[in-house]
Amino acid sequence: MTFWSDPDGFLGNWLIHLLAGIGIPAGVAQAIGYALGAAILATGALLFVLFLIWLERKMIGRVQDRLGPNRLGPWGIFQSVADMLKIFTKEYITPTGADKVPYNLAPILTVAAVLMVWAVVPLAVTVYGVDLNVGLLFIIAVGSLGEMGILMAGWGSNNKYALLGAFRAAAQLLSYEVPMVLSLLIPVMLTGSLSMNKIVMQQDIWYVLYAPLAAFIFLITSIAEVGRAPFDLTEAESELVAGFNIEYSGLKFGMFFVADFLHSFTISLLVAVIFLGGWRGPGAETYPLLGFVYLVIKTSLVNSLIIIERASLPRFRIDQMMDFTWKVLTPVILILVALTALLEKTMVMVGLGAWLRTGIMFIVNIALLFIADTVVRGHLARRPRPDVRGKERPVARPENFFSQPGSGA
Amino acid sequence: MLSNWLYIGIFMVVSLFLPAAAIFIAGLLAPKKPNAIKNATYECGMETVGESWIQFKAQYYVFALVFLVFDIETVFLFPWAVAYNQMTLFGVLEAIIFILILLGALIYAWRKGALEWH
Repeated sequence: MTFWSDPDGFLGNWLIHLLAGIGIPAGVAQAIGYALGAAILATGALLFVLFLIWLERKMIGRVQDRLGPNRLGPWGIFQSVADMLKIFTKEYITPTGADKVPYNLAPILTVAAVLMVWAVVPLAVTVYGVDLNVGLLFIIAVGSLGEMGILMAGWGSNNKYALLGAFRAAAQLLSYEVPMVLSLLIPVMLTGSLSMNKIVMQQDIWYVLYAPLAAFIFLITSIAEVGRAPFDLTEAESELVAGFNIEYSGLKFGMFFVADFLHSFTISLLVAVIFLGGWRGPGAETYPLLGFVYLVIKTSLVNSLIIIERASLPRFRIDQMMDFTWKVLTPVILILVALTALLEKTMVMVGLGAWLRTGIMFIVNIALLFIADTVVRGHLARRPRPDVRGKERPVARPENFFSQPGSGA
Repeated sequence: MLSNWLYIGIFMVVSLFLPAAAIFIAGLLAPKKPNAIKNATYECGMETVGESWIQFKAQYYVFALVFLVFDIETVFLFPWAVAYNQMTLFGVLEAIIFILILLGALIYAWRKGALEWH
């Protein structure tokens, strides 16, 4: 094998031979290789966040008709580095009475929960951490560790508002787990396995064409899981005073920030792998690095979509968020899973080809989305609205003292 | 397959260690000047009133309970989904009845007001 056909295996063999030359047995050498690979992946992911933060600030700036940071370095690319250096040197102000263990462990756990997901995602045909046969379940399980980190942060801060923010965040994250996990049932049904590698291998036709509604719901619920706009009530600066991370300063706060951006990139990666075909593309099987390039392009597309959506939509209220997940998303995804199961089995029994099945399921998905949209809109339109016609309104009338010029109001 | 989980274990240790090391290094670099006012708990700029533990609303418990029901449903549906391709139509219909029962449970919880916030 050469480097180009199998980069991971090539480097692993080289390392084992190197260490065998100084007399270390192959098992230990493999463990050392694992540790090095893990360290490189984790460090790479963390350093990549600097680039992500810069990208997000530039993109949001452009959406808002302004330039992003453009002073430090060409196009402002050193802005994140400067911010990171600043955060490194800020003091850790620990509030009195804070519970030391949860308070200190929370930022570490939140970042670790996101980093662990990278261990099972296939980045190319041979470049992946490990091919677990329960990869998808592992991702869901580990991704939920972040919720625990938030609860620990809120509890350990010895602060009423942090605790309240943590409760609301936990309720939001719990509620959005349900449609997220249910929407992952459809790729698993089509693949017949929970292994991420097999999910990518089976995507001769991308699953987003087969089940666009499931991809859409997975994307929305993952954005709610991250806690980004428009679901960022838990860290709304103007409303709940930054929520559960009020009492954090310095790099501990920076770690929550890093976890936020890295999580957003990770869910883009997951959408790209599960629904957009991962590293598949022309020529990706023979040249793994080309597959990696395809994956990066797809992930960047989804991440840009998330960033633009953050800049465009206003924030949800907490009761709107809860209604949305329990009363709209969960019924829709349950009906979709049932319909997909039934139709797919009958179509396979009848013996339709792959593209015909994809087309039919695509139409069914869009129809279900349209029906759900119509039902929700009809329900919202029938809400009792306060009647504001014909009432005296005190503003723009000549007798109103406050609209006289010179009244000083 | 054991080496798979060894890698996961090593990865977990590494991913816990890296942020901890970063936080520790920043702790060395940063100034440490605690005083009573800086360390006081934040309450919108005022002195804190009362204990720092608020009353736990029962609504959170009800949401967690409904979530538990649906999470268990998902746990049951995953093995079914993995075995979907080898299944007959009868197996698929059984699972659809299961999903419909849980949809009924959701509608019940909805009508009972368990899904209202505040």
